[in-house]
Amino acid sequence: MSVVVEQLTKRFTSGGTPAVSDVSFHAPSAAITTLLGPSGAGKSTLLRLIAGLELPDSGSVRIEGVECTHLPVQKRGIGVVFQSYALFKHMTVRQNIAFGLETRKLPRGEIEARVDEMLKLVQLEELGKRYPGQLSGGQRQRVAFARALAIQPKLLLLDEPFGALDSRVRVELREWLQSLHEQTGVTTLLVTHDQEEALEISQHVVVLSDGRVAQAGPPEEIYDRPATPFVASFVGGTSVLRGRVRSGRAEVGTLVVEAPQSAREGEAVQAFVRPHDIKIAKPANGSNELTTGRVERLKSVGGYVKVLLKLPSGETVTVEVPRAEFDDLGVVEGDHVHADVRMAKVFLGDFAI
Amino acid sequence: MHSSARRRVLPGFGLTLGLSWLYLGLIVLLPLSGLFLKTFSLSWAQFWDTVAAPRVLAAYRLSFGAALAAALLNAVFGLLVAWVLVRYRFPGKALVDALVDLPFALPTAVAGLTLTTLYSRNGWYGQHLEALGFQVAFTPVGIVIALTFIGLPFVVRTVQPVLEDIDADVEEAAATLGATPWQVFTRVLFPSVMPALLSGFTLAFARAIGEYGSVVFISGNMPMKTEIAPLLIITRLEQYDYAGATAIAGVMLAVSFAMLLAVNLLQRWTHRRFETRPGTG
Repeated sequence: MSVVVEQLTKRFTSGGTPAVSDVSFHAPSAAITTLLGPSGAGKSTLLRLIAGLELPDSGSVRIEGVECTHLPVQKRGIGVVFQSYALFKHMTVRQNIAFGLETRKLPRGEIEARVDEMLKLVQLEELGKRYPGQLSGGQRQRVAFARALAIQPKLLLLDEPFGALDSRVRVELREWLQSLHEQTGVTTLLVTHDQEEALEISQHVVVLSDGRVAQAGPPEEIYDRPATPFVASFVGGTSVLRGRVRSGRAEVGTLVVEAPQSAREGEAVQAFVRPHDIKIAKPANGSNELTTGRVERLKSVGGYVKVLLKLPSGETVTVEVPRAEFDDLGVVEGDHVHADVRMAKVFLGDFAI
Repeated sequence: MHSSARRRVLPGFGLTLGLSWLYLGLIVLLPLSGLFLKTFSLSWAQFWDTVAAPRVLAAYRLSFGAALAAALLNAVFGLLVAWVLVRYRFPGKALVDALVDLPFALPTAVAGLTLTTLYSRNGWYGQHLEALGFQVAFTPVGIVIALTFIGLPFVVRTVQPVLEDIDADVEEAAATLGATPWQVFTRVLFPSVMPALLSGFTLAFARAIGEYGSVVFISGNMPMKTEIAPLLIITRLEQYDYAGATAIAGVMLAVSFAMLLAVNLLQRWTHRRFETRPGTG
């Protein structure tokens, strides 16, 4: 295990709510681990604690088996890519990348060779003499990566690295980051609030909520088997429906889904339904069979259509229908339709999220 | 078609530029050209005799030298004050911040009298310095002190906003790359504030060259020793020698302008290197 964090706690005001509270997790070696959570979940603070930019109130951080909870930031040998890139504006791209090597007092020739290698790695060979102000957002981002990787860090920390970029560049850089990681094999810890990003690029996900770990595991597990209602609602753009247990199954309005084994008759349940796990069908013409919902709004989003469905209970669910399927369906706003839940995650009890 | 293609996106360019020229013309250029015109009433020989007289040359050397020394002092300590004001929170910070502007607000003659009183032989500072063998009042050192006093706000107020704009991220990034606090300062922070520091230095320098009110009391005005150029100009005026006064002033002005222009070019050069170019951001 490469990074082991144990019972880390950090308060910014004494006696206040901790920003990071008793957090323990591990990040496997040579893999990308994501710290995922909404803003204010404490993920950036956690990253700063690991980098040594903040000191914890209690708990420990071990990197490659070396205890470094109180090691000064300069000595940790960790590469950090900041959300704002934090490039040195008065230095050229080359000088930026060389900075960490110069503080290590490496011989000039070695520094130049390493800078060339880094420029090649991030595909910016042509731009070594430019200043950061003359680069695009994506290029600056790559310079920040090159600068962090130049010092051959044991660990690479990325704080919302794609947060400031437009969505097309984000997707491109995501793929680029994956191939970069394949080339360097550096243990990487990435902070993001974007669940899609987390699920796509990481081998291990740590979901944080209110300064605590809500769930940690491989991305498939987080997506398919959320451990808490929070994780279920945060990951996957789910709708929440309230209902009760009736004869071993969860009845949520007119929808019926599987309930957990331990469910008792009449118990309150919450069903978390993903937008693509609901199937819509149009009732046969002229039939007066009961429908399950009314189409409130239709939004076409590229390859699929978002259908906002209002249930008789007054609750609304979002359903995503692939474009081709939607065209066959021929539904317009105001129509009454049948809805069938293919899959849902049901939690017992009536929690507020 | 042709003219619309040339039209700029930002409106009002012609109007604002025209007004700027008019304003600068009325406020700056017109009086200054009057000054030079007056000088032309002298013959070349008369002009040369006036401005190259040993007493005048000594005054130039003193004015420019003391102004340079004061501006350098202010550059160092002004940067320090700006740093403290931006980086730390401490009780009385608002007071310190307000104190910085005082030299702007105080009539310079009052400042001069106060400094003279403090540094003269029986003043609060003067008596102790005298015991140590230093004389400040009525020496060039006194002049530098007065010029430092009036120039301080320029450096602090130009450097402060630039320091405030530097992201803590940048310093943290340097630290993660192994930089010691000293390296962070010399290699990251200082180059970033350099253009602003240069501006502040120039302003303080320019202000000090022409300063009169706060200096005349503390300098003692001994010809060849502690007589500054602006004082010489006033002396000429009092003798109704307007042409002589403008000759001395004209040379000061020309030298100051050349120096300001040089510093401005230097500043543009240091700044241009890392400026964001439109369309690439």
